[in-house]
Amino acid sequence: MAKSPSRVRDIFIQALFFAGLVAFLSFAAHNVSTQLAARGISSGFDFLSHQAGFGIAFHLLPYSETSTVFQVFLVGAVNTLFISVVSIVLASVIGLIIALFRLSPLPVLRAVGTFYVETLRNVPLLLQFFVWYFAVLRQLPMPLESYSLWGRVFLNIRGLYIPFPDDVSAVWIVIGSLVLGLTAGHFLNQYAVSRRRALGRFPAWHFLSYALPIVFPLVAVLLLRTRVEFLVPFLEGFNFSGGAQIVPEFIAAILALSLYTASFIAEIIRGAIGAVSRNQTEAALALGLTPAQVLSRIIFPQALGHIIPPLTSQYLNLIKNSSLAAAIAFPELVLVFAGTSLNVSGQAVEIMTMTLGFYLVVSLSVSALINLYQARALRYERR
Amino acid sequence: MSAVKVKRIASGWEKVLNVVLLIGIAALVIPFVKWAIIDAQFAGTERCTNSGACWVFIKLRLQSFMFGFYETAELWRPILVLLLWAVSIVSLFKVSYGRALRVLPFILLGMPLFSWGLLDGRWFGLSHVETTRWGGLMLSLMITLMGLSFAFPIGLLLALGRMSKLPLIKAGSIAFIELWRGVPLITVLFMSSVMLPLILPPGSEVDKLFRVLVGVALFTSAYLAEVIRAGLRGVPSGQAEAAMALGLSGPQRLFLVVLPQALRSVIPSLVNSFISLFKDTSLVIIVGMFDLLGMVQQANTDSYWLGYATEGYLFAGLVFWVICFALSRFSLKLEKAHA
Repeated sequence: MAKSPSRVRDIFIQALFFAGLVAFLSFAAHNVSTQLAARGISSGFDFLSHQAGFGIAFHLLPYSETSTVFQVFLVGAVNTLFISVVSIVLASVIGLIIALFRLSPLPVLRAVGTFYVETLRNVPLLLQFFVWYFAVLRQLPMPLESYSLWGRVFLNIRGLYIPFPDDVSAVWIVIGSLVLGLTAGHFLNQYAVSRRRALGRFPAWHFLSYALPIVFPLVAVLLLRTRVEFLVPFLEGFNFSGGAQIVPEFIAAILALSLYTASFIAEIIRGAIGAVSRNQTEAALALGLTPAQVLSRIIFPQALGHIIPPLTSQYLNLIKNSSLAAAIAFPELVLVFAGTSLNVSGQAVEIMTMTLGFYLVVSLSVSALINLYQARALRYERR
Repeated sequence: MSAVKVKRIASGWEKVLNVVLLIGIAALVIPFVKWAIIDAQFAGTERCTNSGACWVFIKLRLQSFMFGFYETAELWRPILVLLLWAVSIVSLFKVSYGRALRVLPFILLGMPLFSWGLLDGRWFGLSHVETTRWGGLMLSLMITLMGLSFAFPIGLLLALGRMSKLPLIKAGSIAFIELWRGVPLITVLFMSSVMLPLILPPGSEVDKLFRVLVGVALFTSAYLAEVIRAGLRGVPSGQAEAAMALGLSGPQRLFLVVLPQALRSVIPSLVNSFISLFKDTSLVIIVGMFDLLGMVQQANTDSYWLGYATEGYLFAGLVFWVICFALSRFSLKLEKAHA
């Protein structure tokens, strides 16, 4: 059968597009290789095993000046993920509180909520980074005149000093036991719900599913108490020793990211709660539920479907926006890898590819995770 | 919606919080007003000696905050350019929608060229002002307006490409859109300033601002593509079918029937894109250009005027806030008018 003219045209257009793309890419590749050759830079990923040659002030992974360039990438990536996760948690909590403020019948609460949202989301995030860092945290007193809380927590221009166990693994054990408690509690709760279907009421041990997330870390703390010593920061000369120092760059980044994103999250939550019909509230109140119960049992579960998709994109924005911390010298991926390592090695193509690749992989995997969750949630809804 | 609005009764916690916040607001606002107005110093040309805010700092720096290092004698050029942009955008909203659509391509192409030409000066036989001297609020606005003008046609093509039946075009558009949407603008600016000179043939000089504009345009086009695609999907399929029944060709159906309806519905989202890009232009600090925030940041490091960072940030924040807030209200109004 002869192909119809429109089909021939379709193939022709696509062939043209493909040829154009290939031509552009080979043109670019040719120019890049000539230019790099002229500068004496050999392409390839060998430079990743070279010595980095510079220090990083804040690192969760082991790092020193003698570490490799690849370790710079890892340290930067972990720092990016760390400030993102901490800020996401904070932004969600603050966002929910501000949304509830804006939905309150009391005018002062509503006004505070509106002021918060309209101020923070209409001012550039970079300005907020600068304000927190340069106008607030860099204006704090020198260590000798630190603000102090019960003589244990100190705040000064060098950051926040808090008591910290002499062995870091203790912190991880407590966090691990909290996660374990939450997981166990979650499954116990699910089992209790399924038992309720049989019994007509919750079994007597249902409270355990709420107690486990508290009991597990509590037991861990009690067990560790005698084995671990808490080091309290103390003034030694002109600076503090002991305990842990949280650098001001980190605090400023967390504050700016979470407060800014919270203003968007508050609007998402408020809109979603507003979308749930008022009659639902009235019916629930008429049935004798308390306002708190109405919110947590009736309104919120229904609003969740409207919240999750835009919330995901806010989380993704936050992860991408964490790169602004480079502007206040917090050593995240863009600053240490796309900045310092690129300047040292000159491997622009490889480093930019890895940096963009990192953000792409994170974005795509977060979207995939949320899609998975949503598919599951929808399945529950249908049941 | 029920006709009678039932007012929820505040819980005890809310009432307590209400009082606490009221006291907190008073405790913050009164010292702030005292600092910013009552104890503030407005007149003079020297460092302030008062205990309150020093607005003299802002007053003396105002020109650099607005126009960067642009020559004082040539300031009529940025002012004229910005006025022309304002006139053309306002008239787009004033004339009938059909006419606005026909004028739009000329504005998108002509205004960036004219702006660049007049600000740079050489094309018009005026004195040459290098792009490194452009700065302040003018630079933020120029990057936003030019970036959006370049991004709009690319975004339109990408949106059409993503909805195309042709698998190769569709896959290419999706890959392009998702790539730019998945990475931060900072890395895009880094890339355009580092990679663009590498991609071009050896020896070709690319202006720094032009590199930034390429990055901004590509980045924004991906977001505009998604905005326009949402508009295209919102046009009922009956419209295209009716046009087909009338014997209109494919391009006629698209450009005369579907696209005009799609674009009208996305105007509020386009205003929102303008707002977010305008806020993001501050990031050009990273590649060594000085927009409003950059100029403030630079003024803060002036050793004679140390200690007035708060005034500087407050001023920059206020300017950004007024523009963004006004535009977001405008976008909301358009949305309501359309619904």
